[in-house]
Amino acid sequence: MSEFIQQLINGLSLGSIYALIALGYTMVYGILKFINFAHGEIFMLGAFSGFYLSRTLGVDQPDIVMALVILVFTMCITSAIGVIIEKLAYKPLRNSSKLTVLITAIGVSLFLQYSGQLIFGADPKSFPTIIENIGFNIFGATIGSNQIVVLISALLLMLVLRFIVKNTKMGIAIRAVSNNLTAASLMGININNVISFTFVIGSSLAGAAGILYSINYPSIDPLMGLLPGLKAFIAAVLGGIGNFPGASVGGLIIGLVETFTVGYISPTYRDAIAFAILIIILLVKPTGLFGKKEIEKV
Amino acid sequence: MKNLLFNLFFLSFTAFLVFCFNSCNKSGGNEILIGEYASLTGSEATFGQSSHNGLELAIEEINKNGGILGRQLKLITEDNQGKPSETQTVVQKLINRDKVIAVIGEVASSRSKAGAPICQSSKIPMITPASTNPEVTSIGDYIFRICFIDPFQATVMSKFALNSMKVKKVAVLIDQKNAYSTGLADNFRKVFTEMGGEIVEEQKYSAGDKDFKAQLTAIKAKNPEAIFIPGYYTDVNLISIQAREIGLTCPLFGSDGWESEKLTEGKAKDALEGCFFSTHVSADDPSPIVQNFIKKYQEKYKSKPDAMAFLAYDAGLILSEAIKRAGDTNGEKIKNELGKIKDFQGVTGLITINDQRNAVKPAVVLEIKDGKFVYKETIAP
Repeated sequence: MSEFIQQLINGLSLGSIYALIALGYTMVYGILKFINFAHGEIFMLGAFSGFYLSRTLGVDQPDIVMALVILVFTMCITSAIGVIIEKLAYKPLRNSSKLTVLITAIGVSLFLQYSGQLIFGADPKSFPTIIENIGFNIFGATIGSNQIVVLISALLLMLVLRFIVKNTKMGIAIRAVSNNLTAASLMGININNVISFTFVIGSSLAGAAGILYSINYPSIDPLMGLLPGLKAFIAAVLGGIGNFPGASVGGLIIGLVETFTVGYISPTYRDAIAFAILIIILLVKPTGLFGKKEIEKV
Repeated sequence: MKNLLFNLFFLSFTAFLVFCFNSCNKSGGNEILIGEYASLTGSEATFGQSSHNGLELAIEEINKNGGILGRQLKLITEDNQGKPSETQTVVQKLINRDKVIAVIGEVASSRSKAGAPICQSSKIPMITPASTNPEVTSIGDYIFRICFIDPFQATVMSKFALNSMKVKKVAVLIDQKNAYSTGLADNFRKVFTEMGGEIVEEQKYSAGDKDFKAQLTAIKAKNPEAIFIPGYYTDVNLISIQAREIGLTCPLFGSDGWESEKLTEGKAKDALEGCFFSTHVSADDPSPIVQNFIKKYQEKYKSKPDAMAFLAYDAGLILSEAIKRAGDTNGEKIKNELGKIKDFQGVTGLITINDQRNAVKPAVVLEIKDGKFVYKETIAP
């Protein structure tokens, strides 16, 4: 039983990070209808910005205030990078075919990975301890305080996102644009602002995920965004791409399934299982768990 | 239009030919060219960097003393980025384009296994400084190593676990994608159970994984007295941190893949306190030849040499000794002389190459204390 609880917590804290990344995929897809494959690299840049910030701020002792400062600054940095990428790489292609933008996104992703190797160096770096880790004993399972921190911060960020999308003017604009871009622009919504804002939100969540991931798994390298990025993409598809609650639930499911596969079946299938889920969901319910079928009107 | 295309094609073809001639001419100098492939980048980058430094130091010294056969040695180094596929490309390049007469590489067994068949089929002798998987040298008679092999290392750690650590119930955590790790685990399982120990749990991971909590939780459920992790330092660093996080307090022990300053980076410094690993040499060894090497290394690179640097230095010395004895740069002659090396005094002890082209020598066990590696004991073959 204690083993089960421990695995459950392991899975949830991993899944909540996937959920944060998946939200960025889903938001951009909802508005621009393309998969931003460079999103995993934003996650990686978040981890590195956390690494360099804690170095410049001289954080070598766990400090909750400093950790918050680092988190907020990182979210600002990654959202700026996200907007720059959008302006430089995607905006000029706004009217090209979706395939062109998709290929560009892959190009941006590779560009960031390998420039990262050039700038940061290819060898893994050890992420500093910015949050004290105390083990709690619950039903015989030891749960680290940083796992709890990761879970709670992820939940808080998702609630904030939900509030923005449901209750603010910008949120309404986002939903309008994602419903119909042309119609929304005819109603006087500034499309460029909405798109930039989407990238700000998506990229800051990815940056936060980068920090939370590095707190849990303190080894960072320029290629670290690849697999979590792909898994989060699967999570977004699983939940129904374009759907916010879907992305969060999808992320948690992927994290749990992955952990239980490793713990109870075989670690060999760790990555395979996520992709198997992708194939199954595309065959059985291509719209995802929460996705609605859209009727094409002629 | 057609004409233009033809012209373009012709131009590029001439450019290609010129390029070829240029690169062929380069190898025509009076220097003896030695190739090296190493993981200068990638997740085991310190292995490649250390072994490169060690080898460079050896070559520099030989050149300072007049070179061999009246000629200077020149080292051509290629980075394989820690990937077996890239290894094949760079070894091909070293042999076919640079025309090296011998190749030194790699630390990791899976990458040495990727490079060795190419050296073997081109009849170019290859020396691996630190690949301990037995299969590496069985690839062919041109492949040598100057370190001990895994069955011996597994015996050392089995003996050490039973006699010095006094543990009987051990769990094993294996890197399933890595020949070094699986080979070592197989041998350990065999020897340890023969000696009366018990393996209570086996779990696997893949190099580069960041999350090991699921495997460690499964191990924790079996209450082992110690965990044997035959893996590389990057993964072991994360494993140790996560093991302590989920409340696994038993000691961890491992093999020479742990040896790197990066092993104890960050939180792993506390997590690995009192853990052990086996390796080739200890920097605490007071013998003058070892201390002299450490001094020279520190002067040049401003850091302490690890086992990979020691071994690569010896690989350089042994190769030059073989070339000297062969009196020629012919691959076959060098290979024959390498096979005859006996009681060669290197910085990692007396080296004798046996019939299987492996080196026979003792192993040392180091303990991790306050993030430093401290000599614990020597276990003879």
